[in-house]
Amino acid sequence: MTTAYDIAHGEEGPVLETRGLSVFYGEKQAVRDVTFSVPRGTVVALIGPSGCGKSTLLRCFNRMNDLLPDSRVEGEVRFRGTDLYAPSVDPVEVRRRVGMVFQEPNPFPRSIYDNVAFGPRINGFRGDLDALVEASLRRAGLWAEVGDRLGDSALKLSGGQQQRLCIARTLAVEPEVVLMDEPASALDPIASQRVEELVYELKREYTIVIVTHNMQQAARISDYTAFLYLGELIEYGPTDAIFTNPREGSTEAYMTGRFG
Amino acid sequence: MSEHRRRRRRALGGAFAAVCAASTLLGLLALGLLIGDVLLDGASQLDTDFLTRYASRVPEQAGVRAALAGSAWVVGLTALVSFPISVGAAVWLEEYAPDRWTTRALRTNVANLAGVPSIVYGILGLAVFVRALGLGHSVLSGALTLALLVMPILVLTTQEAIRAVPSTLREAAYALGATRWQVVSRQVLPAAAPGILTGTILALSRAVGETAPLILVGAVGFVAFSPSGPLDSFTVLPVQIFGWITRPQPEFRALAAAGIIVLLTLLLLANSAAILLRDRHSARNAR
Repeated sequence: MTTAYDIAHGEEGPVLETRGLSVFYGEKQAVRDVTFSVPRGTVVALIGPSGCGKSTLLRCFNRMNDLLPDSRVEGEVRFRGTDLYAPSVDPVEVRRRVGMVFQEPNPFPRSIYDNVAFGPRINGFRGDLDALVEASLRRAGLWAEVGDRLGDSALKLSGGQQQRLCIARTLAVEPEVVLMDEPASALDPIASQRVEELVYELKREYTIVIVTHNMQQAARISDYTAFLYLGELIEYGPTDAIFTNPREGSTEAYMTGRFG
Repeated sequence: MSEHRRRRRRALGGAFAAVCAASTLLGLLALGLLIGDVLLDGASQLDTDFLTRYASRVPEQAGVRAALAGSAWVVGLTALVSFPISVGAAVWLEEYAPDRWTTRALRTNVANLAGVPSIVYGILGLAVFVRALGLGHSVLSGALTLALLVMPILVLTTQEAIRAVPSTLREAAYALGATRWQVVSRQVLPAAAPGILTGTILALSRAVGETAPLILVGAVGFVAFSPSGPLDSFTVLPVQIFGWITRPQPEFRALAAAGIIVLLTLLLLANSAAILLRDRHSARNAR
């Protein structure tokens, strides 16, 4: 069972919510009976040792698990109260409203401009695309570095710049939630810190769920922390409480580096 | 380890490298002899007139114009038919097909088809296109037969090119709310295009060199005109060469050698184009 704390949700209720969620890859169960909720306008960190199901859980929120042929989902995932796995729900529509940033920067082999414009274009954006591209790059803190060379290939950027470009690309679709799967782990310390600062700024406008291996990072940027172990949600609550006084032994053991 | 054993190991390694080098040299030597022999025989016949003259019973007045035009017609039509079908099939197999045993059987059989001897395609072409569909001994029959021949190869190389597109690219597009069609048409196919084009050039260059299936569907060794439509009768370069070689007069042997030089030049040009395309692509992808 999950050790849960009181989570304040305000009048609108949680943005994301799971009830009894289990995910299987073929025979293997990656997520076990997870129930938790993400309050609006917060950053929730998912922590836990490798293979604990953090990324799998994250990929339920935009139905990316659908792309894997053997995956199966049981239980409920709700986005603003709508069951994301209801038959009437189009996964493409879900992904337009719930954005995702991946571990490895994965820009398209195109120009910087085309990378940011791709999402709006495929979603039938009508309006000032140039302005949208600029605004997205500004929000991702990249405009100052690339504003004068939007036609350059995105592959020429440094790893950290590529990752911020991927964030800008995600923001250009104007999602309500941004999922991040260890977005800074493949970057050098300085680039990693810039991405971290960016996440901190973005939480004013977006709800963010972030998977991280970095305890300090989780402590610095998140409002709530969920500790997963072997597919189960062990403990979920305000980051301060989890970090200063975890109730579960395994949470404490993981955070103090005794396993992981 | 003893000094003796160490020396023995080194000697073994050296011997292996020598055998490998000798094999390579043997292959190169054979190719060199072939080209040298052909050049000796054919170079004297090779001039612009040779390219612009039609076939003739008089060796001094014979040329490959009809064969060149026929090859161009046949390969052009082959490309037109095989390219869209093959790319479509490869896209379906890689991006859409469910992973069932039927799909796996289909994949395996495409690979098997690529290994079927070309003469079998010739017999099929003769039975289906020439006879059953009544297309006769025409450019179209030849092109459709060659299309059957190259399609399995094209499907395989296109599948490989599609598989080489990193899955992170697909994920990125899906995560932005792209539909499957948008992912395929806007990211996967453009990223795979250089590989697909390289494979197409190589497959078509194989079609250019094919002789046996075209003899079966009725390409003839003596044609005194270029085809002007898909239903005209035709010849192609390798069949023309074959026709000349089977004649007893030594002059025609020289003509055949000159024809081989033309054919080899075309094939080498096509292969160089394929290599250039591939290198340019990998240079662009390297940061």
